[in-house]
Amino acid sequence: MPDIRAGDFLMSVFILILALLVIGLAGFVLCRARAVASVQGNVRQLHSLPGYHGWHGFIMGVLPGLAVLVLWVIAQPMVIERNLSNYFPTAQFEDAAQRTLLMADVRRVAAGLDTAVARGAMNAEESVTLSTDTGSVRDRLASVGVALGAEVTPQVLEAAQAYRAQAATGALWRTVLTLAVAGVAFLWALRLTQGEFRARNRVETVILGLLMLASTIAILTTIGIVLSMLSETIRFASMYPIADFFFGLTWSPNFQGNSELGLLPLLWGTLYISLVAMIVAVPIGLFTAIYLAEYASARVRSVVKPLIEIIAGIPTVVFGLFALVTVGPLIRDWLAVPSGLGSSGSSVMTAGLVIGILNIPFISSLADDIINAVPQSLRDGSYGMGATRSETVRQVILPAALPGIVGAVLLAASRAIGETMIVTMGAGAAARLDLNPFEAMTTITVKIVSQLTGDTEFNSPETLVAFALGMTLFVITLGLNVFALYIVRKYREQYE
Amino acid sequence: MNDMRIVERAVETRNIKISARGVQVHYGDKHALRDVDVDILDNTVTAFIGPSGCGKSTFLRCLNRMNDTVAVAKVSGTILLDGEDIYDRRVDPVQLRAKVGMVFQKPNPFPKSIYDNVAYGPRIHGLTRNKAELDEVVEASLRKAALWNEVKDRLQEGGTGLSGGQQQRLCIARAIATSPEVLLMDEPCSALDPIATAQVEELIDELRASFSVVIVTHSMQQAARVSQRTAFFHLGNLVEYGETGAIFTKPSDPRTESYITGRIG
Repeated sequence: MPDIRAGDFLMSVFILILALLVIGLAGFVLCRARAVASVQGNVRQLHSLPGYHGWHGFIMGVLPGLAVLVLWVIAQPMVIERNLSNYFPTAQFEDAAQRTLLMADVRRVAAGLDTAVARGAMNAEESVTLSTDTGSVRDRLASVGVALGAEVTPQVLEAAQAYRAQAATGALWRTVLTLAVAGVAFLWALRLTQGEFRARNRVETVILGLLMLASTIAILTTIGIVLSMLSETIRFASMYPIADFFFGLTWSPNFQGNSELGLLPLLWGTLYISLVAMIVAVPIGLFTAIYLAEYASARVRSVVKPLIEIIAGIPTVVFGLFALVTVGPLIRDWLAVPSGLGSSGSSVMTAGLVIGILNIPFISSLADDIINAVPQSLRDGSYGMGATRSETVRQVILPAALPGIVGAVLLAASRAIGETMIVTMGAGAAARLDLNPFEAMTTITVKIVSQLTGDTEFNSPETLVAFALGMTLFVITLGLNVFALYIVRKYREQYE
Repeated sequence: MNDMRIVERAVETRNIKISARGVQVHYGDKHALRDVDVDILDNTVTAFIGPSGCGKSTFLRCLNRMNDTVAVAKVSGTILLDGEDIYDRRVDPVQLRAKVGMVFQKPNPFPKSIYDNVAYGPRIHGLTRNKAELDEVVEASLRKAALWNEVKDRLQEGGTGLSGGQQQRLCIARAIATSPEVLLMDEPCSALDPIATAQVEELIDELRASFSVVIVTHSMQQAARVSQRTAFFHLGNLVEYGETGAIFTKPSDPRTESYITGRIG
């Protein structure tokens, strides 16, 4: 039996991919040469350019082999896991949580044996025959630096040994099959290559497939995220009355039980902070965009626009620091305390202001593009009527750009609603239903983080509520985005 | 083409509305227009013809200072409107453009209702005192632009929903709503089909009664049909300027003849 260690798994896959690339490269060179030779060097008689024949050879050398490899890598652990089931009592293996733990143990012991063999503390023979009767496996493995949490049970050791054997066999077959498929496809491509062969169309099809795959990944990921949140949210709903969650006025999670998990204080904090942020960001961002698009000379624009966009490059946690050490105390000392409205350093005002600043470049940049997209002929028409610049902006350009601007504002709003770091540091953590903007409040995002950080298990309503909160947040922002798209589509002017 | 009719009209004498002397335009390093001297008469349609890039549109845009909106453009020389230098520092281009209206190559109605499009000029210049007066101006302008009957029942609908020819007549109505003294038209029919073109040309002839009209056109037939006087531009120079019938029948410059007969252009 060949001894391929599990630790080498990635390495061997990597080498296999390298081998596929080499086959592909050979395919490129040979198919190209064969295509040219098939018409005695008169390239004009080829259906496709020689390069396309070359790429066809490359694709045939790489893709089928790669597909086999990927499928194998996905399937092998599942097959092995199923094969190992007879090492353990059925009841233990039926339970998903226990099975996961067991398999983790098995893999860890198997990896330990691999390491031991690699370090020379054990020979290959011994690693296969080792048994719990001849002494503590845990101690043996500890001596070569593999720490195990508990003593190895006989079942786990046997399963680990079986695991190693099957993994090694699997790796061998994986290599053989991948290379065989790649070789066959390579030879087939070579046979197909002649003057009339439509290599170009085939290459185009593969490119189309590649592009479609890329777009599918993004969509599938979104669906996956929603589904995973949905399943946890349903679990939450089975543990906690969902009406209390949506309409509860108190948020006081208590890990001993009797929690009150009302959404409304968090929702109120989120919307209030976002409102303040938009009141700051929309006028400033819009005015910036109008200045840049309509008034600024090309030289000013080329300096100012990148400078504003620098703000977008600052990590939000730095903005959070700014809110915590600068804006918060300033607002407290100069506005809140003198007006007698509060004495808290973190407040709705602080977080809203800083999120607003964060969103200025977002709005100004989008609105600038939208204003620039308004046709010059409309400006000419307005100036030709004797309108001033601001009349033109107010009466012609903004109405024409309005759908796009509304879209930009709604996108910025969903960013403000989803913002986490700045509210964590600037708004505080107290869930409160209050109108006073100088009071500390908190948002959905902050509470998602605080419910999930620390040593938690996903089996109590106090932790699962985070998924319900996340789902709520997702629905709100999704609704905003859909609404934004609807507005943009409905009121878009068609220009040629 | 009815050359007899044109000759007949030209007999009447008219006042000089715009007088341009030694007008030069530079776009950055490019010398777009050299030493143009033109007198544009009142109640006359003046056509500017010439091959693409000859400077005819550039000159048109000098007449209402639209070149001010182009950062790299530099205009020198004098242009007098009713004896007043429009490039004088005391002249506000905004007020000038209320007196010298403009219609562009492509119909460019604003994204507003038909009514608001026409009311745009009167509103920004404060020409009317109340809604009733504004209604009157809008109706009169639309009637003059021969559009009233087609749109009177849908004044509140968007101007961009009209057909190309209707849009261009809407733009003309918009331009004449401020009662300008001169109407500049930059290839107003180039984006229109023949029927719409005929409508707009008929309209131009009627507008002559109230304004001085200057039209830039690529179509020599159009120039012959609608204008009383024609200026021929070539490579930034004003080659020949005179009575339309004379330019088309016995041009004095060989370049004009070549262009009219289709040998340059």
